[in-house]
Amino acid sequence: MTHMLKLLPATLTAFTLLAPVTSLAEDPANIYYGLQIEEFEYRYGEGGEELFAYDADAFIGTDELKLRWEGDGEYDINVKKFESLSNQLALQTPISDFWDIKGGVRYTSPEGPDRWYGVIGLSGLAPQWIEVDSHLFLSEKGKLSADLDMEYQILLSNYLILTPSASVDVAFSSDREIGVGSGVNSVEAGLRLSYDVWDRAFSPYVGVVYERKFGQTANFIEAEGESADIWYAVIGAKFMF
Amino acid sequence: MTKTLMRALSLGLMTNMGATLLPVLVYAGTYDLTVDKVLIDTGEFTKEGIGYNGKSPGPVLRFKEGEEVTINVANNLDETTSIHWHGLILPYQMDGVPKISFPGIKPGETFTYKFPIVQSGTHWFHSHSEFQEPDGAYGSIVIEPKKKEPFRFDRDYVVQFTDKHPHSGKRIMRNLKMAADYYNRKQQTLSDFFSDVKKNGFGETVTGRMDWGGMRMMASDIEDVQGFTPLINGMGPDQNWTGIFTPKERVRLRFINSSAMTYFDVRIPGLKMTVVAGDGNYVQPVTVDELRIGVAETYDVIVRPKEDKAYTIFGASMGRTAYARGTLAPREGMVAAIPEMTERPLLTMADMGMDHGNMVGMDHSSMKKMDHSNMKGMDHSNMKGMGSEEDAFYAVGSGLAPAAANGGKFLSYSDLKAQKPIYEHRKATREIELRLTGNMERYIWSINGVKYEDAEPLKLQYGERVRFKFVNETMMTHPMHLHGMWSILDVGAGKWNPAKHTISVAPGTTVYSETEVDAEGQWAFHCHLSYHADAGMFRKVVVEGGPKSASLNSSEEGVLQ
Repeated sequence: MTHMLKLLPATLTAFTLLAPVTSLAEDPANIYYGLQIEEFEYRYGEGGEELFAYDADAFIGTDELKLRWEGDGEYDINVKKFESLSNQLALQTPISDFWDIKGGVRYTSPEGPDRWYGVIGLSGLAPQWIEVDSHLFLSEKGKLSADLDMEYQILLSNYLILTPSASVDVAFSSDREIGVGSGVNSVEAGLRLSYDVWDRAFSPYVGVVYERKFGQTANFIEAEGESADIWYAVIGAKFMF
Repeated sequence: MTKTLMRALSLGLMTNMGATLLPVLVYAGTYDLTVDKVLIDTGEFTKEGIGYNGKSPGPVLRFKEGEEVTINVANNLDETTSIHWHGLILPYQMDGVPKISFPGIKPGETFTYKFPIVQSGTHWFHSHSEFQEPDGAYGSIVIEPKKKEPFRFDRDYVVQFTDKHPHSGKRIMRNLKMAADYYNRKQQTLSDFFSDVKKNGFGETVTGRMDWGGMRMMASDIEDVQGFTPLINGMGPDQNWTGIFTPKERVRLRFINSSAMTYFDVRIPGLKMTVVAGDGNYVQPVTVDELRIGVAETYDVIVRPKEDKAYTIFGASMGRTAYARGTLAPREGMVAAIPEMTERPLLTMADMGMDHGNMVGMDHSSMKKMDHSNMKGMDHSNMKGMGSEEDAFYAVGSGLAPAAANGGKFLSYSDLKAQKPIYEHRKATREIELRLTGNMERYIWSINGVKYEDAEPLKLQYGERVRFKFVNETMMTHPMHLHGMWSILDVGAGKWNPAKHTISVAPGTTVYSETEVDAEGQWAFHCHLSYHADAGMFRKVVVEGGPKSASLNSSEEGVLQ
């Protein structure tokens, strides 16, 4: 985390230097900000595994350029360890009506060795309202990996919403030290039923999550005595401010 | 509000000395307004907002045509404010748009507006700073004409519609930027899908959904901001603003739409409304059952309730998410039934400019004679909102085209004909195309694809007559408001085209208006939906080459140096 803090001022400076370029004339560009916590949940696994997981995202910036922080983590409640913990800071700019590219850095610091990555990403809204968020990572060890997240909302009513989601992690070479094998190494699918209680600011949900590790990654996990595929029941809430 | 001694004096002189002195006397009224933090109680919620003289809405300012007004505006807020006199023709420095007309009124400061009243009719005023107007900073203006009005009335009421939201304007804008559909709680759901399958079959329903999904747009996107409580003169539906009448009296209602975002379809079940003015200018009377008032527009109507009973003034929001309600009654406390809102409209591909792209840009004057044989491809399943007569100001097959709830006459822009044209009719000297553009998903709104912050000012030459061609390329309806000069709406009536200050442009349509460029200075020109204007559907207009422009430029340079 301390590395992260060192990085922040540099990125902010870059951001403030870039911002005026986007506004030529009359009025300064409007600056917007927001915070979304898409997942903030307790997971109960088949074998009695208990996790706390979150997936959050905050931004500040103009229509043309945003600074975006994305963070997620999975904390194993039984062994009191972060299974995964990631923070990413990136600049984001639109490239078309519905798509943005972003570039920045990511830092993962779960239990065990940490990693720095350079990251480029593509996110946006695909036809038929499918939200897409994908990244390509190059680690400080020179290892290339990628992820892809997709989400879709089914409106049972205008407040009761069923959200299927899927994410895939791919590594192009293995990084044994942090338990990553090459190839498709994990897939996570979720189905969450949420209800907007307070505007869209607070929406509690229940759901199920299926997680499966593949190949060498699965082997690494199994070597630690854990299962390569697992079902979770989840309960949590979404936030948007 | 206080009137000065001067006004009292001139009034006194007038009555004492008779009419011979009239031409040399000028009315000069002084009015004081304070801009205050206020509480707004809608009957459904109470919210801190901004008002004038301690109230929202602020007072009705009553001016006289020919009067020289002085208005002292004291800012009691802890932020900069401004007042724009919506629809008034005045020197640009008095127009009240920060950074365009003047620097704005700082906290604790009092700014004195001083200008002659050169017109009459129903107008309004509001803050042009930040989101103070959606937060409650508006009031109304009634200007008594010099000459006798061309119609009779016994009573006169301002009926000001607004859309008070429990969220502050700033918060609404931020939420829209985070999720453009944040406030859309009328999206099509899974059960809508199943009922559509039942009605139209699986194939057609899926194709329809795929068409919208492919564009990543929503047929339900009519009101960006829902969840507001409509008010009439500051009173919610339950608080029931009431205007008293004696049966058989002619009652003049001055409808003003001071909403941030909401169009209202207004009717008074049991009464016909005779529209006698639009945007403060007399029109040839037209009697209707219902009318749609766009954001920032005004209409004056005369009603004549004959029976000794109450009548409901009912204003359903265009997207049918809420309604305003007031009452006309012979006695206080009487109420009439509140009607049901008619069915909620949905946008069609016509509103997207898809089905009938060939018709965009069509001349409205020739539309009535249009050949309808080419319209077979239109999707009739979505046409329930359409009246029997097509309104030339909506795309053919539009889901938004209004119909009167009682099956009667719904006012169209085509019905508006000037009573007495302000200008000689002449051919426009130049046409300027303004494409109304946007990206709903990003909640970016623009003109010709360029947001205000990135745009060069629009330059007009003093003395020219400009023909504006508004091409609406978005799926929203935009009320376009030019400050300082009239917009003569082309309804195909030539010299009888009505002069307006706000021109509503429906999706998938092209609308023309002409402006006699007769006011020097710099002016604002924008969509009057608060969040569209703030997001960038806004232009500065600079009028060059006027008689005073030389001195104007030098004074500006002086400021800059």
